[in-house]
Amino acid sequence: MLTRLANPARFMRASGVVLPWLGGASAGVLGLGLVWSLLLAPPDYQQGESVRIMFIHVPSAIMAEGGYYLIAIASAVALVWRHPLADIAGQAAAPIGAAFTLVCLATGSLWGRPMWGAWWVWDARLTSVLVLFFLYLGYIALVNAFDDASRGARAGSLLALVGVVDLPIIKFSVNWWNTLHQPASILRAGGPTIDISLLLPLLVMAAGFALLFLWMLLLRMRTALNERKARALSLYGPAAARDEESAAPLPEARPV
Amino acid sequence: MTPLLGLFWCELRLSYRQGGDIGLALGFFVLAVLMFPFGVGPEPELLGRIGAGIIWVAALLASVLSLDRLFAADYADGGLDLIALSPAPLELVVLAKGAAHWVTTGLPLTAISPVLAILVDLDPSAIPVLMLGLLIGTPALSLLGAIAAALSLGARRPGILVSLLVLPLYLPPLIFGTGAVEAVLAEEGSRAHLLLLGAVTLFALPLAPLAAAAALRQALD
Repeated sequence: MLTRLANPARFMRASGVVLPWLGGASAGVLGLGLVWSLLLAPPDYQQGESVRIMFIHVPSAIMAEGGYYLIAIASAVALVWRHPLADIAGQAAAPIGAAFTLVCLATGSLWGRPMWGAWWVWDARLTSVLVLFFLYLGYIALVNAFDDASRGARAGSLLALVGVVDLPIIKFSVNWWNTLHQPASILRAGGPTIDISLLLPLLVMAAGFALLFLWMLLLRMRTALNERKARALSLYGPAAARDEESAAPLPEARPV
Repeated sequence: MTPLLGLFWCELRLSYRQGGDIGLALGFFVLAVLMFPFGVGPEPELLGRIGAGIIWVAALLASVLSLDRLFAADYADGGLDLIALSPAPLELVVLAKGAAHWVTTGLPLTAISPVLAILVDLDPSAIPVLMLGLLIGTPALSLLGAIAAALSLGARRPGILVSLLVLPLYLPPLIFGTGAVEAVLAEEGSRAHLLLLGAVTLFALPLAPLAAAAALRQALD
């Protein structure tokens, strides 16, 4: 299916069909999740009402990590199989992932103030999420640092792969510090320790965030492809825009 | 093997004859360390507590700033094309250049670190571990920096870009290097930290040339 969707025109048609359904589904699931988590779920026995920040914070964290792995997979596909849409997917996902990382850090800070008494602590998990944010920024900076867009795309793909190898090393090395952040309570050996009445709305919110991520990703990819078409139109005229994949590439200028 | 050795010696001779490459990196290192007592105050207890961190961070910054002479000059005058056309694998070329960079940056930094350790009132019992950590960790800095230097060839603002790319990669050596010194100051064993630091360097030894060579090939396309 990936190879079928490699044709940009076919991808535009397929994503155009899927996009409204995806948007509706994400709005529906997010709406359900927000009502459930913010209004219906019981308050925590220790944290009271401020546990509800968790329903935004944890799904954002999942999306932040997942976003980077998505960029890494897209980069691998771009470098190995030269899939035409793979680096567009990676570049489209980067700002979304960076935004989710920022939301995760901000909501975590807002949660930490009443819970721990501090806006920020240099514990293992916070530090490695902050570094993840800078990995995102580095990727976006590298892709946009070249006059030649394809060179930027290829360099960015390589950087994403280097970063994904480094991410576990950073996590592991940062774990040598004392950790204040609570350890894993969902995916752990003894089964989840979080109560089912809080776990279910959390999973619904995570699903809603995932659908939102996908919706935004497809929207950004379609925008990127339309931008390319518009640029080809303005440079080479209508004939090129009809099949912009065969448009003559711009001469590569090597900067001095 | 001989072309690679030749490249290594050529890089060393160039940095010796162009004069001041080693001196600039050392000078920046010393100045960066010297700014901290002005910034945080001269109290020995405070400085001794953060001294290892100051020295390591300054070493990282000095390494980052000297990365631009790794590939940029050869890229600009076309020498990199000729090197890529030679029979030597590009990965080993990166290794040779990285080794030369280490000899002209990491090794002098390690050598001068005891003097700076005294200046920042670091406990003298920690100086051997500091030097050993720098000795083990600075090759990783050169290798990981080579990736960032290769990726940013031809970019619009290569200097700043290299810093942004490489500093997340530099965090593990920083954490383990300073952790080793803190372990000695707390009278625990620094062996684990140093072994992990060695692991980072050994990890970077095969993988960083692979990534940097791939980046060089992208730049030369």
